Amino acid sequence: MSIALNQVSKTFGEVTAVHRVSLEVNEGELVALLGPSGGGKTTVLRLIAGLEMPTEGDIYIRGQRVNDIPVQRRNIGFVFQNYALFKTMTVFKNIAFGLKVKKWRARKIEARVGELLELLGLKGLGARYPHQLSGGQRQRVAIARALAPQPTVLLLDEPFGAVDAKIRQELREWLVHLQHDLNLTTIFVTHDQEEAMEIADRIAIFSRGHLEQVGSPRTVYEEPVNEFVARFIGVLNVLDLEIRNGRARLNELEFPGHGQPEGQHIRIGFRPYAVQISADPCAYPCRARLKHAFFLGIMLRVELELTSGLVIRARMTKEDYARQGLDEDREVSFQIRQYRVLAGEDGLLQPEISIAENPPTMLGEGI
Amino acid sequence: MASHPHPPPSSHGAARISGTGEPVFVRGVLIALSVAFLAVFLILPLANVFVQALGKGWSAYAHSLSHPDSRAAIRLTLLVAAITLPVNVTFGLAAAWAIAKFEFRGKAVLLTLIDLPFSVSPVVAGLMYVLVFGLQGVLGPWLDTHDIQIIFALPGIVLTTVFVTLPFVARELVPVMQATGAEQEQAALTLGASGWTTFWRVTLPSVKWGLLYGIILCNARAIGEFGAVSVVSGHIAGQTDTMPLAVEKLYQEFNATAAFAVASLLALIALATLAIKACLEWNMRRKDRRERDAAANARRGPGPGPVALTAA
Repeated sequence: MSIALNQVSKTFGEVTAVHRVSLEVNEGELVALLGPSGGGKTTVLRLIAGLEMPTEGDIYIRGQRVNDIPVQRRNIGFVFQNYALFKTMTVFKNIAFGLKVKKWRARKIEARVGELLELLGLKGLGARYPHQLSGGQRQRVAIARALAPQPTVLLLDEPFGAVDAKIRQELREWLVHLQHDLNLTTIFVTHDQEEAMEIADRIAIFSRGHLEQVGSPRTVYEEPVNEFVARFIGVLNVLDLEIRNGRARLNELEFPGHGQPEGQHIRIGFRPYAVQISADPCAYPCRARLKHAFFLGIMLRVELELTSGLVIRARMTKEDYARQGLDEDREVSFQIRQYRVLAGEDGLLQPEISIAENPPTMLGEGI
Repeated sequence: MASHPHPPPSSHGAARISGTGEPVFVRGVLIALSVAFLAVFLILPLANVFVQALGKGWSAYAHSLSHPDSRAAIRLTLLVAAITLPVNVTFGLAAAWAIAKFEFRGKAVLLTLIDLPFSVSPVVAGLMYVLVFGLQGVLGPWLDTHDIQIIFALPGIVLTTVFVTLPFVARELVPVMQATGAEQEQAALTLGASGWTTFWRVTLPSVKWGLLYGIILCNARAIGEFGAVSVVSGHIAGQTDTMPLAVEKLYQEFNATAAFAVASLLALIALATLAIKACLEWNMRRKDRRERDAAANARRGPGPGPVALTAA
C-alpha cells in the first residue's frame, strides 16, 4: 500500500471540506480524484501532501503515519494547478531546486536535471525563464521539478486545466506513458469525468466532502453506487414518474410499477446508449421528434423531443444515423432498452433492469 | 516663435475636435496651464534653492557645508536613515507577508493601522512620543531614574522617523505579494525547502523590485522628515539637529547661504530619489512588457511538443 487515508476529515472554520474519507492507493497506481468544484478533492490532495493538516483521521504513506511529518519531509512531488514555477529562476534552476535544498553535489544535480529535461522533452530549454515557455512546456517543467528529488508519490492538482484542448489530449497520453514507465504512484485531481475515465486506473468520486465511490472507470460507469455517481459519470436521463393503475407513467411514457403503491413517485434513469431509435415511426412504441444531432466524431449525440416537451438524450453511431436517413426535425420512434430505478440522492441504486427481450410491454401505446 | 506647444489653429479654428471630443484649444490651454503651474510652483523655487546656495560662490557654499554643525546634521540624518531603513524593511516584509499570505482576524485592522502614519499629522506623531517618553510622560520618571534619554536624543528621533516612514515598505509589498500568491512558496516547501530557504530563494527575489521601490520612498521620507522630528529633537546644534532642522535654524538666523547650501543637499537627494524611482518604474514596466510579449510568443509558436517516452 502506497497511500492510505483512514477516516480523514478536514474542516475550515464552520465548513467541512472533507468528511471521513477512507481511501487506499496501491503502489504504482494512477488514481483520479474526481468531483465537482467544492467537492473536497483538492483538499484531499493537499492533505496527502501535508499542505493541509487533517482535523481528524490518519494519513499513511508507505505504512508510515505522516500526520505529524511536515510537508518538507513527506517526499512527495506536487504539481500545482497553475504550475507555481519560480518566476525568477530558469528552467534548469527550477528543476534543480529540490536537489539543491537536499544538498546534492553540483555534478549530480546537472546530470539529474539533464536527464529530466530529456525525459520531458524540454531539451535546450534549460536557460529559459518560465515566462518564455508555452503552457504545455510550463506544465512539463512543473512535473520535472516535482520528479527531480525522486518522490514516493506524484500529486497533481488539475494538471490539464490550464492548457488548451489539443495539448490537453497529448499531455494526457503522455502522462499515462510517463507514469507507466516510472511505475510511480500518482494521484491527480480533475473535474473532467472524461479525463478521469480515460487515464485513471481507478477513480475516486467526491461530492460535498464525501467520498461517494472508488473503482475502475468501468465499475463506476456500469455499477454506480448512487444517483450522484450515475449522473456525474457519463450522461444519465432521469425521469420522474407517478404510479397510476399499477404502472409508472410520465405523460406518454410508461414503465412497470415495481410494486409501488398508487400515487407514489418513482424515478428511473437510463444511459443515452440504452435508447434505440428508428426512422420508422411504427418500429417502436414511443414517438418523438429528432430535435438536434451533435457530431462527436464516430458517435452522434441525439436529442429527442417528445410531444410533451420532454427531452431525452440518446447516442447512436454515425453509420446508423446515415443508414436510416435520419435528420433533424424528423419524426422517429424509440424504445429504452435498459434502465434503473433510482432511490433518493444518497440511496443506493437498484441493479439495472433490462427490458430488451420484451419491448412492447415496456412502454405505453405511444402517443 | 518657431515651435508652438499646441497644434497651430487651423482654418476651422475652435471647431476642430480632438480624438477625445474636446476642441483642440481646450487641450492646448490645459497643457499650458499645467506646465505654467509646475514651473511657478515647483521648478522655479527648486532652481532658486541652488541659485541662493551658490549665490556667494563655491567657496562660501563649501564652507557652509563643512561647518561642524552642518556636518553633524548630515551625519545624524544619515545615521537616522540607516537605522530606520532596516527596521521598516523588516516590519514591512513581516506585515506584508502576514497580510498577503495568511487569513486571520483583524487583517483589515492591521492594514488600516499601517496607514495611520499617513493620516496623523507629523507634529502629533512627535508629540505622542514626548507624552510617552518625555520627563512628564508615562515612562519618563522610570527612564530618568535609569538614566536613559530618549526624547531630545537620537532614540527619540529614530522612533518618530520609524513611525512616520512605517507605511512605505509594507504598502509597496502588500500588492506585489498578493499578486504572487502563496503557491510558489508552497511549491518550495513540497520540494523540501525550509521556511528560511523559501524566504531567501523564492519570496525575496520575486518581490525585489517592489521592495527596492519601498526602500527608496522610505529613505526619502526618513531624510526629509521635519515636523515629527522637530518636536522630539530639542534642536541642540551639532547634536540633535537633522538636516531639515538645520536648514530651518540657519534660515531663522539669517544665514541664508548656509541654509540654502544644506537645503540644496536635501534637494539633490530628492532629485536622485526621483531619478532612481523613475528608473525602477521603467525597469518594472519593461519587464512586464517583456513577459507579456514572451508569453504571447510562446502561445503563438508551436515549440517542441510532448514526446513519447518510448523515444526518450
